[in-house]
Amino acid sequence: MAPLVVSGVSKVYTVRGRGRGKFTAVDDVSFTIAPGAAVSLVGASGSGKSTIAKMITGSERPTSGSIRFGELAVEGLHAGGLRKYHSRVQMVFQDPYAALNPLHTVEYTVMRPCQNFLRMPPARARERVYELLETVGLTPPAQFAGKLPHQLSGGQRQRVVIARALACDPELIVADEPVSMLDVSLRADVLRLLASLRAKRGLSLLYITHDLLGARVISDEILVLNKGKVVEQGPTKQVLQHPKHEYTVQLLDAVATPFATAGTAPSD
Amino acid sequence: MALLEVEGVNVVYEPTRGQRIWSVRDVDLVLEQGEFVGLVGESGCGKSTLGFALTRMLRPPARLEKGVIRFDGVDISTLKGEALRRQRRNGFAIVLQSGMNALNPVRNVEHHFGDILKAHAHGGEHYPGATVRRRGAELLDKVGLDASVLSRFPHELSGGMRQRVSIALALALEPRMIIFDEPTTALDVIVQKAVIQTIKDLQRENGFSAILISHDLGVVLEATDRVMVMYAGRVVEDQPSKDLVSGPHHPYTEALLRCYADPRADEIHLGGIPGTPPDLSLPQAGCSFTPRCPLVQDICRTLDPPMSPLGHGSAACHVRAPSAAVAEEGVKPVH
Amino acid sequence: MSIVSPVPPPEVPGAGVAIRVGPAGPIPGPLRFLGRALRTLWSNRKASIGLVILGFVILVAVFAPLIAPHSPTATTFVPYQNPSTTNWFGTTGNGQDVFSQMVYGARISLLVGIAAGAIATLVAVTIGLIAGYRPGVIDELLSFMTNLVLVIPGLPLMFILAAYLQKRSVWTIVFVVAFTSWATGARVIRSQASTLRTREFVTSAVFSGEGLFRVVFREILPNMTSLVAGSFFSAATAAVMAEASLEFLGLGDPNTVSWGTILYYAQQQNSLLTGQWVLVFAPGLAIALLAVSFTLINFGVDALSNPRLREK
Repeated sequence: MAPLVVSGVSKVYTVRGRGRGKFTAVDDVSFTIAPGAAVSLVGASGSGKSTIAKMITGSERPTSGSIRFGELAVEGLHAGGLRKYHSRVQMVFQDPYAALNPLHTVEYTVMRPCQNFLRMPPARARERVYELLETVGLTPPAQFAGKLPHQLSGGQRQRVVIARALACDPELIVADEPVSMLDVSLRADVLRLLASLRAKRGLSLLYITHDLLGARVISDEILVLNKGKVVEQGPTKQVLQHPKHEYTVQLLDAVATPFATAGTAPSD
Repeated sequence: MALLEVEGVNVVYEPTRGQRIWSVRDVDLVLEQGEFVGLVGESGCGKSTLGFALTRMLRPPARLEKGVIRFDGVDISTLKGEALRRQRRNGFAIVLQSGMNALNPVRNVEHHFGDILKAHAHGGEHYPGATVRRRGAELLDKVGLDASVLSRFPHELSGGMRQRVSIALALALEPRMIIFDEPTTALDVIVQKAVIQTIKDLQRENGFSAILISHDLGVVLEATDRVMVMYAGRVVEDQPSKDLVSGPHHPYTEALLRCYADPRADEIHLGGIPGTPPDLSLPQAGCSFTPRCPLVQDICRTLDPPMSPLGHGSAACHVRAPSAAVAEEGVKPVH
Repeated sequence: MSIVSPVPPPEVPGAGVAIRVGPAGPIPGPLRFLGRALRTLWSNRKASIGLVILGFVILVAVFAPLIAPHSPTATTFVPYQNPSTTNWFGTTGNGQDVFSQMVYGARISLLVGIAAGAIATLVAVTIGLIAGYRPGVIDELLSFMTNLVLVIPGLPLMFILAAYLQKRSVWTIVFVVAFTSWATGARVIRSQASTLRTREFVTSAVFSGEGLFRVVFREILPNMTSLVAGSFFSAATAAVMAEASLEFLGLGDPNTVSWGTILYYAQQQNSLLTGQWVLVFAPGLAIALLAVSFTLINFGVDALSNPRLREK
């Protein structure tokens, strides 16, 4: 189990045409994810959080700074090394409707990482798929294995996406807004699943979101991003209850909750 | 007479292949002049479909199967062509989700205003460039945008600005009712708050009636006077916003409220609703919420509860708001 | 932090199951897919008309020896005859039976149409996929090539090539037609491939450890089948017309029997002046019908990929 150390990472895009010059998406961001820890990156769109996720998973390269997963220098990885890296660091995507190939069954999608990374023969891979489907709560697995994405609900699709991410037994999961496209009533279940996976398997979790409630519920540490910079950082509960930066205050204000309107505590 | 009176609206969705789906079932609705009502529900509950039905914007394979929609006393449910356009000019507008899709990407904002004003001009009205620009600037000012936006194109504006332009366009004809379909869904969380505040202020200043459709209960409760909750194509609860928070009637509303929490609280109890919404292509016997409801009684499985008055509003629940007809059968209310 | 554990989800009948997946039967996957595609096409009115016409032409071509009463090349008849009981469509200036020529001619037109269409599509898919999936130098190079071929007018290029090539045969024509018509399809496919490349399920496949080959052929291409099919039918339509043009202008092999050569000889022998309008109308109509059938089928293919175009 290795820690993920992000040091002084920046990403600058050169904008072609109309001479608009350079655009800084991420500006000197540093943080660490210890093995088994859960960290949230919160910010509005354009804050750079998705770019950071892409750099951590190797889809983009930082302009400066370094990303170390244990001994491995992530920013220098290419094809073969990147592939091996994916067996240790996986991603859960935001849009469950877009993250699954509409022509492939659940079984195929979840089986591929088992065959590619764990080198399992088809029969054994199929068994593992069933185990994974059970783990993410898609039971009975036999009922779901042969389904195509359009036959599943949004919550079920997201579970398949999580199952796929778990298939190769990763050490770190980067979850990019995994519940923002789900109905509110389904979010708790998925968050609970992620939390239990973390507890049972010792997974590290990087939770990227603009939803402060989800961040509070799932992570120990929180980083608040604004326009590519980290404006506040610390233990989640503390930062949310005692925000120091005005942007954090703005974010908290913007999260409209039914209780804020009435001023009464939730009845349970 | 209320501005909008809706009785027994049913919308059916008939694809060429596959089952018929009843997206909206037996909805009654009354909207008074100057009232701001919210319509809340999760994906597939029929709220957007209802909004489109009310403004006569349904497209095949969706169809208004039954029901009466009276706007300002005129039944618009069967109007077509010029008669419908006259009513549109007269009274109602709809602001769609995602400003980008509603705006023509190859035309600037000024052209959009010109389009609307000229399309609905009465007999002798003319709209030369200067008039369009003046009126456009007035309207943009109302939504908090500078007149320089007139010369911009949609892709040059941010999401929040595009949404405001859509709202300004809706105001152009001085409608008496505006329906906002998920106005904040595609927007950033901070911009959302600003746009909702703008909508609230506009509604108060200009006095038009409004329906705010959203899946976000928090947003709706913050902006509206009254909330209607939809589930599986039906309205299951109708209450003033303040009362809904402190005392939800329908078990679904209760469960939904439990899915929200204040991230600043010391202890967070985040709920979810087990199960999934029903498949609307199958006939629904009894109350649609039965499989997921903690208060299920026998009658819930056989009889679909009607909306019955309760407290300051009404709810469709045998247990919480038993109707007179049901009371005869001897179901005791549980509270 | 605590999350309240909701009650385990009860069995909700019908929820989330709108369509049932059939059991995996003895029929292999690709054939089943073809069967389903044909059934969907058939349900579209325009496409079904196209399929009927195409089916008819195919039958005529396959069973030519049984249908044609005489040999198409035998010069045994009295030349320049109007339609009669022995020669239903009359005879050519060389004494050949026109009806038999029409029947056998179906073979060539069909062959060229389908073969040239298939080759052009194959090239278009290969180039389009590679250019679409690999942005950068490769894409720039392939796009440049594509644009070059697109800019050159197709028909004149075809004439030049056909005139230049020494060996005259059906396959010359197939090659010439395919060479000039792959570019349109390549452009469209490249653009779609490049859109799909950024879709999350492709990124997801890369994260699942899939290699380049599998990503392109198992993830991207299957999601483009209706586009490829559409490309094919468009290319086939163009090929049928092109073949007829080339033959008519005498740039083909005058010894083959095709609808285009019938027109060629009709022109040489001034058939309209001699009152033998069948020699002009029959092949002309046949060529048009075949081309139209491909186009009609294409409507159905369009509807396959865009459900909104499906007929009510």
